[in-house]
Amino acid sequence: MNMFLATFFDINIMMQALPLLLKGAVTTLKLCAVVIICGLFGGLMLALRALSPRGWLRWGSVIYIDLFRAIPPLVLLIFVYSGLPFAGLELAPFSAVVIAFFMNNSAYFAEVFRAGINAVPKGQTEAARATGLSPTQTMIHVVLPPAIRNVLPDLLSNTVEVVKLTSLASVVSLSELLYSANMARSVTYNASPLVLAALLYLAVLWPLVRIISRYQRGLAVK
Amino acid sequence: MRFLETFFNPAVIGQYLPDIIAAMWVTIYLAVATVLTGVLLGAGLACIRAANLKSVNFCIIVFADVMRALPPLVLILILYFGMPSVGLSLSAEVVIWLVLSSVLTAFAEEIFWGGLTAVPAGQWEAGRATGHSKFQTLIYIALPQAVRMGIPPLVNRILATTKLTALGSVIGVKEILSVASSAQSFSGSATPLTMAAIAYMIIFIPAVIASHWVERRFSYKM
Amino acid sequence: MSQHRAMLEIHALEKRFGQTEVLKNIDLKVREGELVFVIGPSGSGKSTMLRCCNRLEEPTSGAIMIDGARITDIPRRDLDKMRLKVGMVFQGFHLYPHMTVLKNVMLAQVKALGRSKAEAEARALDMLDQVGLKHKADARPSELSGGQQQRVAIARAVALDPKVMLFDEPTSALDPELVGSVLNVMKDLRQKGMTMLVVSHEMAFAREAADRVVFMDGGYVVEQGPPEEVFGNPKSERLKAFLSRVSGTAAA
Ligand SMILES: Nc1ncnc2c1ncn2[C@@H]1O[C@H](COP(=O)(O)OP(=O)(O)O)[C@@H](O)[C@H]1O
Ligand SMILES: [Mg+2]
Repeated sequence: MNMFLATFFDINIMMQALPLLLKGAVTTLKLCAVVIICGLFGGLMLALRALSPRGWLRWGSVIYIDLFRAIPPLVLLIFVYSGLPFAGLELAPFSAVVIAFFMNNSAYFAEVFRAGINAVPKGQTEAARATGLSPTQTMIHVVLPPAIRNVLPDLLSNTVEVVKLTSLASVVSLSELLYSANMARSVTYNASPLVLAALLYLAVLWPLVRIISRYQRGLAVK
Repeated sequence: MRFLETFFNPAVIGQYLPDIIAAMWVTIYLAVATVLTGVLLGAGLACIRAANLKSVNFCIIVFADVMRALPPLVLILILYFGMPSVGLSLSAEVVIWLVLSSVLTAFAEEIFWGGLTAVPAGQWEAGRATGHSKFQTLIYIALPQAVRMGIPPLVNRILATTKLTALGSVIGVKEILSVASSAQSFSGSATPLTMAAIAYMIIFIPAVIASHWVERRFSYKM
Repeated sequence: MSQHRAMLEIHALEKRFGQTEVLKNIDLKVREGELVFVIGPSGSGKSTMLRCCNRLEEPTSGAIMIDGARITDIPRRDLDKMRLKVGMVFQGFHLYPHMTVLKNVMLAQVKALGRSKAEAEARALDMLDQVGLKHKADARPSELSGGQQQRVAIARAVALDPKVMLFDEPTSALDPELVGSVLNVMKDLRQKGMTMLVVSHEMAFAREAADRVVFMDGGYVVEQGPPEEVFGNPKSERLKAFLSRVSGTAAA
């Protein structure tokens, strides 16, 4: 038991590592903000294209969405970070991570938006168009508000996935939370900094996971 | 031309194709093991939860929440680097299988449990009224309906979790990404990374297409 | 009829969905202030004809005129302006669930017609008053009965000052006791001089309020005339059969 505590819950080591980890957490937050905002926006645009009547726009988006849902995000990241330099495109870790995760996440957010938009009855669009609203006005005022409300739990759960995803940035030496914790582990030969990182992730994500469960249960009961 | 030379070099492809194919089997094998363990345990936990034992349910909920909230890479690093210090060395493959199965178990449990709570009370009453025990009603009447309702989100979650086998590269599992990464540094060419991306597409694009099919086939309109 | 100007004119209208020809050769004229009633068996193309009149459905050939202007060949980007002149009421109401009743009636006034918010609100309240639902202005559609929702949908369309109102089975989705309130609103509209083309099975309403009844079957207008004529002295076998079927179910 003592050995277990010393390996995973060494308070002294945790306290020493905390400043480093908090600095990493700030990078994680920045990363999340950029990826989530870009992902939401890109996902919405993709979803609208994927639902547009014009063939090439639609197929381009549908293929994009399926492609980036099929490739593991870490593979995208390694490709962007280590592969693109061969083509003369050298990216800083932060940019590489943002680009790779944007490709992955915009595809996921697009799927969520698409499902939401598809679930809005066709009569809503027809009624709006019959009163002279343009296709864009119809989308903005009539279709999107209920569509987004319907998929709010999925958007939230995707957001949780983004935060978890950013931990992969440690693989390309971006000093975010997990990278900092792993540095501290290798310096101290002790897993406690990793456990501390886990606790920090839990502090932010556990409440969100609870909310998602509640919300989905509420919908299911309805 | 230089682009082709960099990302689709035939000589490099020829040289590393056997390695990548061998690695594909490792990925597939890990994925299948994860899916079998995760789905079965998830269904099992959901059934146990239906028995309504307070302290047991509390443990299930905490497990499911933590596994859904923590980035899997954190767990992988903790197990891989921490366990040897408490005298339990796990091979990299076992660590990946353990972590991914646990994550999938957590999500599957939530999905099945959500389905079980959405089965109308009348179904339970009908089951009991026709002489089934509570357990029989659960297994023969409620669970099949819950599974059916849960299939679309479950398929998506299986896809997301099995793609995480790429995390094996971080601790040296000889799956696609790690084989491609080392091939890339040996050959000084980005081609192995392209091969990795294509290998993942070969495995996962059918899964993505299947997920669309399953969504159309099984989604209950609310 | 003091006025004889045609407000809605349909000439040789044809509509095909792929191979199936739904409207074969429709000619129909609705004069200003007239209420024309369309009956016919399900699948005879009534909805499709109405939906061609505001180009929710694209006619395959033929011409449609609204207030003398040919709407069948205006370009797609000008459709929105044309649709302001043609109000439509659907069987399923289709109110926007995320907006209050007031906002439902205001939206197109502001966004499509370009009225100011204040002007649109005043007009919306006036319209809601006319359909007897001013007190529900701040309610959500889900808090209203079907009959109330349909009256709001009528207010939403009429608030745009259309030249013609199209009704596609406006009372078919309603419980019998709620039908009357919607029909009363329609009678009111007619009294105020609105030009109306109504698809419905409410035969009693047709006798009472329609200027003309049109019987459609198999994509053609088979017979038309004043209600007494069409109901009292049907000429074609198909109309006779249809009327006996309908009165049979009404009696049952
Ligand atoms: N979008 C469509 N695609 C194919 N067929 C359609 C479509 N809309 C209507 N139809 C067909 O056209 C026929 C007439 O339909 P409709 O105008 O709705 O008839 P009514 O309103 O008189 O019941 C029906 O046979 C229907 O199946
Ligand atoms: Mg119809």
